[in-house]
Amino acid sequence: MKKRLAGFILLTLVALGPNGLLAQSGGELHFCLRSEPKTLNPLLAADDASETIRYLTGGVLVRVNRLTQDVEPGIASSWKISNGGKTITFDLRDGLRFSDGTPFSADDVAFTMQQLMDPALHSPTGDAFRSSDGKVATEVLPKNRIRITFPAPIAGLDRLFDQVAIMSSKSPQKEMAVLGPYYIWENKAGAYLTLKRNPNYWEKDPAGRPLPYIDSVRLDIQQNRDIETLRLTRGEIHFINSLDAEYFDKIAAQDPSMAHDAGPSLDSEEMWFNQVASSPLPPYKKQWFASTNFRRAISEAINREDMARIVFHGHARPAVGAVSPANKFWFNAKLQAHPFDQKSALQRLSEDGFHMQDGVLHDHEGHAVEFSVITNAGNKYRERMATMIQQDLSGIGIKLNVVTLDFPSLIERITRTYDYEACLLGLVNDELDPNAQMTIWLSSAESHQWNPSQKTPATAWEAEIDKLMRAQAATLELKKRKEDFDKVQEIAWQEEPFIYLVNKNALSAVSPALHNAHPVVLRPQVYWNIDQLSLTSEVAGNR
Amino acid sequence: MKWTRIVAIAFLLFVCVACLLANFIAPASYARQFRDEPNASPSRQHLLGTDDLGRDRFSRVLYGTRVSLLLAPAAALLSSLLAAFVGGIAGFAGGWVDRCVMAATDLFLSLPWLFLLITVRALLPLNVSPIISVLITFAMLGCLGWAGAARIICADARAFAQSDFILLARASGSDGFRLLWRHLVPNLKPVLYAQFWISVPVFILTEANLGILGLGVAEPLPSWGSLLRELEGFSTLSGQRWQLVPLILFILVVSCFHLVLTKEELPV
Repeated sequence: MKKRLAGFILLTLVALGPNGLLAQSGGELHFCLRSEPKTLNPLLAADDASETIRYLTGGVLVRVNRLTQDVEPGIASSWKISNGGKTITFDLRDGLRFSDGTPFSADDVAFTMQQLMDPALHSPTGDAFRSSDGKVATEVLPKNRIRITFPAPIAGLDRLFDQVAIMSSKSPQKEMAVLGPYYIWENKAGAYLTLKRNPNYWEKDPAGRPLPYIDSVRLDIQQNRDIETLRLTRGEIHFINSLDAEYFDKIAAQDPSMAHDAGPSLDSEEMWFNQVASSPLPPYKKQWFASTNFRRAISEAINREDMARIVFHGHARPAVGAVSPANKFWFNAKLQAHPFDQKSALQRLSEDGFHMQDGVLHDHEGHAVEFSVITNAGNKYRERMATMIQQDLSGIGIKLNVVTLDFPSLIERITRTYDYEACLLGLVNDELDPNAQMTIWLSSAESHQWNPSQKTPATAWEAEIDKLMRAQAATLELKKRKEDFDKVQEIAWQEEPFIYLVNKNALSAVSPALHNAHPVVLRPQVYWNIDQLSLTSEVAGNR
Repeated sequence: MKWTRIVAIAFLLFVCVACLLANFIAPASYARQFRDEPNASPSRQHLLGTDDLGRDRFSRVLYGTRVSLLLAPAAALLSSLLAAFVGGIAGFAGGWVDRCVMAATDLFLSLPWLFLLITVRALLPLNVSPIISVLITFAMLGCLGWAGAARIICADARAFAQSDFILLARASGSDGFRLLWRHLVPNLKPVLYAQFWISVPVFILTEANLGILGLGVAEPLPSWGSLLRELEGFSTLSGQRWQLVPLILFILVVSCFHLVLTKEELPV
């Protein structure tokens, strides 16, 4: 009888599969936030911590699958873009309820859009939808459908809704009533937040069991990386996102199964020269920095492979250009990272009249080539990169002075006074669509760092980039957009206004107690499939 | 206690001589990156291993000690002279001069040093060599570090100005400058020495603090501040205990300065 019972249990467990086993896990997931969320209003989320809360609690119409990078249904079961990219119509799921039991309807989507586009709210999420002046019209249609019309076409419109957590128009709890997998249960300012499983969450697993599997999530506010790492190795927390290379190696040395390197992320580290015509630099330096040959020579004189190997302990790749290979669709695969070739660099410089004299590079007017690069103090990776560039450039007779500045001073110099020569910073990129880079590539944009806010493009290639970026934003034809943005990448690769250095890898550490975690390069890396995660029964029981 | 001072002085002399002879002792340039050997363990080629960028740590400790140990006393001398000038004049003159100068000193003392240093540094020209940057850093420390010492010197000068021997000197016809130079300054020397020796480790620590914030001496020139930055994150140290050498040297040198100071504090 006992053997039969054991056999039955075994068969049942096999039939349920791993998810079935884990569906019963319950328990509490623990991880750390680096800072306290600045807001719990999902429409105002702009910092990492607030975005984490939004991701865990917010129900969205569509969700970008962080693994495949495709858009998948969320609260909306289907959607259609029409009217040349101005209109999107969502078919909403029936019978949904917010975490407090308030019924969900198309009116809630209309209410959320109204809030999102309210200029008085200054929603950072709403900014992405502001393609031009004019009002956004929402129309509630029969059969639980809603149509949203924007004043101008928005390329990649459906993807933008991944960031819009739908709020209830009727719930007395306001933004605390959510449609996502968890809702906020407790918020101890400066200490921790506890999220509880949303009993009304709409999604179920293939076996029909309600998701998420884990009962609650505790987020401890912890700035210190050492303590966070220690807590992971002690089993007090279950994962760490966005690890630095040093901590990653430390964890990998202790338990290789915990360390996950998902490959190059979307983030890049880059250097650029100040090309602002009105900057207080001497004319001969302006002439150097405006020269494509000079910028290409500097790029070729930098050993990116060494940088990735030494500074990032091998957890980075030499950067190719504006788009990381992690961006599967938009990356221009024809391009390669600029090779380390100091002979070629000297050849390019000689074409511009530079020559070596007693081991020091001089320009055609006899000025010794010396410039400074500024970076933010306290970022040891950037300081190390700058020091490596310093040695690399000394190989072609250039003296580089590395200057670390506190961040406000650095921003003051690169955005207001333009009193700098070169700058080394990183670009944190969350968006896959090139439209997110409009503010960088348009010559009129403020974030066009090497020469911002131009009235007319200073160079022919910047005019060409302007044209291509506007063209790709004005069409919904994906192939055409891809062709245009590929050309933008080619021009940027050729002219190198930004000298892209490396793409850091997306590093994370996951406790063996956490199941079904498949860290990816897109944020939020480890918990992108939060509703599918589960804890081992031992851990769940102990908690 | 005498032997401890002798040992302290001997140790400081040894360290000073070693760092002055860094050009001859150091096996490699402090800036050279052995890129095939980053974070190497101690070996015959690299006595203290290499740092993150493959630079010989022993060479960097020697040169870094030279930078911090020579320039900190220079900054201390500058701040002591400023303190002597401001505090001496205020204390000797007395009255409204004393009150005005000390009010300004109090105001100066209330300024947040670190933020002031960061601000001043951010305003400096960018294209300066590492040597110049280190000189500027320590000059700033010297220029900003006089106020505390000035208050002490002012109090002493005030007491001396009312003492019998100054009264006697006045009665015998000594004028202001002669009184200041021949009678007041020699009597202020012990307190000036004390302030000087106190300032040296303070400036070393301040530079180290700036270095830890990444705002100290510019790369690739080493200093104790930049060497101590390697110790950020205690978890990275467990496998590389030789990284603690700069810290141990730093603690020993600062302790030795305090042992030397004890002698100078004694009344003459």
